[in-house]
Parts: sequence; structure tokens; C-alpha cells
Amino acid sequence: MSGTKKETGFTFTIDGIEITATAGQTIMEAADEAGVYIPRLCDHEGLRHQGSCRVCTVKAGGRSVAACTQPAAPGQAVENETQHLTKMRRDLVEMLFHEGNHLCPICEASGNCELQAMAYRLDMTEATKFPYLEPCRALDASHPDIALDTNRCISCGRCIRASQDVDGKGIFGYVGRGIHRRVAVNGENLADTTAEVTDHAISAEVCPVGCIIRKRVGFAVPIGEREFDKGLIGHEIEEKRK
Amino acid sequence: MSEPRLIEISPVTRVEGHGKVTIHLNAENEVDEARLHIVEFRGFERFIRGRLMWEVPVIVQRLCGICPVSHHLAAAKAMDMIAGVDQLTPTAEKMRRLMHYGQVMQSHVLHFFHLAAPDLLFGFGAPAEKRNIFEVIKEQPELGKRAVLMRKYGQEIIEATAGKKVHGTGAIPGGINRNLPIERRDHFLSSIDQMIEWSKDAVKLARDYTLEHEELVSEFGSFPSNYMSLVRESDGALDLYHGNLRALSSTGDTIFDQVPYTRYHELIVEDVRSWSYMKFPFIKTLGPEAGWYRVGPLARMNTASFIDTPLANEALQELKAVTSGTPNNSTLANHWARMIEVLHCVEKIRELLSDPDLQGTDLIAKGDRREEGIGVIEAPRGNLIHHYKVDEHDQVTYCNLIVSTTHNNEGMNRAVKDVAVKHLSGKEQITEGMLNHVEVAIRAYDPCLSCATHALGQMPLQVQLFGAGGELIDSREQCV
Repeated sequence: MSGTKKETGFTFTIDGIEITATAGQTIMEAADEAGVYIPRLCDHEGLRHQGSCRVCTVKAGGRSVAACTQPAAPGQAVENETQHLTKMRRDLVEMLFHEGNHLCPICEASGNCELQAMAYRLDMTEATKFPYLEPCRALDASHPDIALDTNRCISCGRCIRASQDVDGKGIFGYVGRGIHRRVAVNGENLADTTAEVTDHAISAEVCPVGCIIRKRVGFAVPIGEREFDKGLIGHEIEEKRK
Repeated sequence: MSEPRLIEISPVTRVEGHGKVTIHLNAENEVDEARLHIVEFRGFERFIRGRLMWEVPVIVQRLCGICPVSHHLAAAKAMDMIAGVDQLTPTAEKMRRLMHYGQVMQSHVLHFFHLAAPDLLFGFGAPAEKRNIFEVIKEQPELGKRAVLMRKYGQEIIEATAGKKVHGTGAIPGGINRNLPIERRDHFLSSIDQMIEWSKDAVKLARDYTLEHEELVSEFGSFPSNYMSLVRESDGALDLYHGNLRALSSTGDTIFDQVPYTRYHELIVEDVRSWSYMKFPFIKTLGPEAGWYRVGPLARMNTASFIDTPLANEALQELKAVTSGTPNNSTLANHWARMIEVLHCVEKIRELLSDPDLQGTDLIAKGDRREEGIGVIEAPRGNLIHHYKVDEHDQVTYCNLIVSTTHNNEGMNRAVKDVAVKHLSGKEQITEGMLNHVEVAIRAYDPCLSCATHALGQMPLQVQLFGAGGELIDSREQCV
């Protein structure tokens, strides 16, 4: 018998690589286990899937689907790293850069930032083609231990889910619609909420960019020891296959 | 008799940043006025407001690509003060000093060999196509090789201490974020003796030029002025990283001495003029006419009692002997002074590399928070002042930067006029080579024009209205 099917599992392929999945697993969950990396920004281990950033879009059965929410199906042929999908993902990431004010050279998240790391992975090295929106958003530094710089927010919603589902606080939420949709706090400012620096929503791993800032620790990790100094984003998943 | 003419040198070349010179010639072809204009505007003093205090050393270093370490460290020193840290751990202080010596070394080498050497080797009036580093490399390949490798050494020191050769993140409020691994130390030690030898040769090259061209050096952009720098607190020795303020007159008389730099605003006032984005600082007690001063390598040689590294001190004594121990007022002697500082930095790097504190793990100190911080350092181009206020939310509410090039504003303008009068006045035809003489005078200060223009909006401003006869009709003053 070929393959290493899990009990009650099935197989499908991603870019021709056979993947074993169990019933109910998403394409991304099965791919992660198998050591195949599918780019993502709004999805994060331990948080419920949202499928909003669309960076994880793959082709399955001829349709474009979000790999973080789409269940894997037996025999399915999934396309992941095609030229078309990589270009689409690069466009999405470029638009995120243009929608906010992402000044990597002076951002304390630089080197640990998933948006920056994704840009490197997707080879976003040329001058971008979209206009900068250059929003003017005030920094909220009212909390004694936490600051919120929504100039860098990519509306991934990870903090919203972490605060609501893990911390049980519901400090963050979306306000506005369409291009005006933004993450906001449930008070006048951060100091007006029950946010604490020990909340999961405030932890370094939840915010993929430099929007949620833990005060007075910026730049403490030297260049060379930051998360993405070690390798491209997704390398730890891809190393499972080596 | 001809029509009055305006000559413009734009841009001034082989300097950092963008500036221009205007020279007004009257009907007799004599120079009426000559000015250095800084035509770019940076505005860091304004847009740093609202940012978080630990971001400041990383943001403000973007002022410059040549001497970012100076801004990084001056801002970090100010943030140490705000973080309530008056004494860094030995590892943090020595790592920062190592970073700074690497920076001064590479910056001075860049200036002397890459920017100034073409003038010194080929002559001020040499054809423009000759006056560049490529011609230096072509004619003197060994010198060119040393220029590249010495700068590389300094840049690698910066990379080892700050994480990147340009715009790193090493210094953080209260300390440093890394130490120096043994293997990096050994790498630097393997070529330190070579660097010492090359630095000694560079001092000789600059000294010989100065002495062999004594007449030119003594008259070219030379004029008496006051001088100011940090000196070591205990004994007045040259100290590029930390110390107290000392100012001397052109004859060596003390104007002020061993004043803590946190009191700089009691000593210095910044004047504003309509034709430049760059301010004109002067010593308060002497007033704007007599109180202007110069900073930089030559100023430091003039103010320092001695240098605490033997080879550089020997070179300093030789420089001081030229003027019998009184301040040297020759603008072109800056090159000699600059190379003495390169030697000093390399000696200091050698000293530090042998210090086990660089491998220490106690990197950050803590203290009781303050609202205001001032950091002063001797940058390659001279004294550099960073002053910040931070509110209870850790956000910057005030920033004042007085950079080396700003301190030298009046001196550079006087040098421009002096050289223009001596080399252009009365000439029927003005050649490109003649105009380069003016640039040579500016270049001797190694100005960084991009570092120097930041005030915006609410700076103290005085507006004066003059009548056709030159009489003052009205005056209004706006202060913060």
C-alpha cells in the first residue's frame, strides 16, 4: 500500500505533492502538517480561521479558495505556488503596504514582521504600481504598557479573535465598512479598556505587524536574532519535509 | 566696467547633502557677497514628535547615511537620561564606544580619501574630470586600496556593534542589545596592526601636505574663530563619546570649560537668517557677531589638552607645534586633524578589542524615568546635540537638534567669502577651476547638509521690517 494515510484519512495533492489529510482538516492545516507552506497573514495557529486576507488563496477544482477555511477533499488537485497565484499574492501584499503607513526602516517590528517577511518571500522587490493612500492615524499610547499604531494595521483581525476567544475580553473589534474598515478598541482609547500586556491578544505572536506595541522593549532583540533573520517566512513548515 | 553678476555653484559637490553657493560680483568684478545656502529641508525636529521614545535612536539616524551612528548614539544618550540611566553597564558603554570609533574612522577615511584627496593630489584648479576618486585609484592604486579597506574595517566594526553597516539598532535606552562575540573580536584583531600602520601613513600624508603647502594653508579660508567641543571630564583629554563642553577663543583663552552638556542651552543660542534653512548658533555671552565658533576635527585638536592614545597624541603635539600651542585657525589643517583622529580611533579600537567587557552579558541598566533628556557626542564633523522631552505616555513632545554642520555654518560662510574674495575678485573671466577653490573651502569642513535642516513652524522667529534707507521700521518676535 502506497503513502502514509492516516486512519480514516485521505489524500489529495498540492502542486503534485501527495498530502494526507483527515476529515474536517482545511487545506492549510493538512499542508502545514505535510511540510508544504501556503502563505497567509490573517490565519494564526490557535485562533479560529477567518479567511479574510486572501493571501492563502489556492486553486482547488478550478476555483479560487482560501486555504485556511476550505476543507481538504479526497483526490483534489490543489495549485499553490503557481506564477499566477504568486503574482496575485504579491499584489495583495503590495496593496496592504499602500493602504497603511508601513515604514520598515524605523519600525520596531522589522525582522519580526510577517507582512515584511511575506513581501520578501513573494519577491516584492520592485517599485510598486499602486498609489500610496497615506492615511493619517493617531498613535494611541495612552496605556502605560501598550501602544497601538494603526498606521501599521493590516486588518487581519488576529487581535480581535485572540481577545475575544482566548482572553475573553473583546477589547478589539472592527469599525467602518469597505476600505474604511479598521480595527478599534472598545473604549475611548487603550487606557480606557481592560487590556493588559500579558493578554494573548497583545503578545508578539498575535499581531503580525508593528501595530500592537509592547512598550519599552522595542529593538531589544539584535539584528541577526530576529525571527525572520533565520529564514524566509514559512521555512519552519517547509523544513518538515527535508 | 561690466554689469553686476551672480555666480551660482549648484550643487556643491563631494559633500553630503544638497547646497549651493551664490557669489555676487559688482561692476568692477569684485566679490560683494558670497554665501553657502542649504537648499534641502529635512524637518526631523518636527516629525519625531509623537513617536515613542525607544524608536528615537532608530528614526533620527535616518538623518544621514554617512554618520548615522552619531545620531543613533546621541539620541540613545538622551534616551538613557530619560530612562533614568546615568551610568551604563561596562559592556554597553564599551560596545557603544567601539561603534562610535568605527564610525568616526570610516567617515573620516571616506572624506579624506574619497572626497578631498582629488583636490589635494591633483590641485584645486585641476580639470573637473580629474577630480574624483577613480582618478585617485588610477594614479595611486595603493592609496585607493587603503581607502577602500580602511573604510571597510570601520564599517564592519559598526556592523558588529549595531547589526548593520548603515542604520543598525545596537543602542537602546539604557544600554545596548548585543555584545561582541569572540570570533568577531579575533577577526578585527587580525588586521588591527595593519590599520594602525595605514593610519600612521595617512597622518603623514595629511601632515606633509599641510607643511609643504604652508603658504596656501595659512591663507586659504583661514581666519580666527572660537572653538568648541566635548573634552574628557577628568583631564580635558580628547573624548569623542562623552565629556563636558569646552570653548576657547582664537588665541586659546577659555570662554567656558568643563560645563556639563546638559546646560548647552545656557551657553548657545541659535540665530535664523532668511536665506538658509540652516541656523546660525553662537555663544550667548559673546553675542552673534563675536560668538560664532567652529567645531570638528581641528576644533577638537585645538580644545583637547591631549589625546590619551600615544601615537595620536604624538601627532597632535606635532600639529600644535605649528602654531606654538595656540589654536590653529587654518581651515585646510582640518585634513591633518581628521587623520590624527583616524589614528586615535584605531588605537582606541585596538584597546577595546582587548577588553573582556565586550563579551559581557549585562547589557541594559534601569533607572527612574525623567521627562527630558540631552545627549551630546563628538560626531566626525564635530559636536552634535540632541535634546528631547517625552510625556508620560512615552511620546516625544519636543526635539532640538544642533548638528556639527550647523555649528560650522558661520565658519563655512566666512571661508566661502574669504576664498571668493581672494581667488575670484577682479577676475574678468571666472573658470570652473576657480569656483572649485570655493568648494574646497567648504569641503574642508566635511559638511553634512542633509543632517542640518530641521526646524519648522514654531522656532523662535524675529521679523524685522527695514525702510528703503535701511532704517528699522518695525520688529515682531515669535517664540515657542
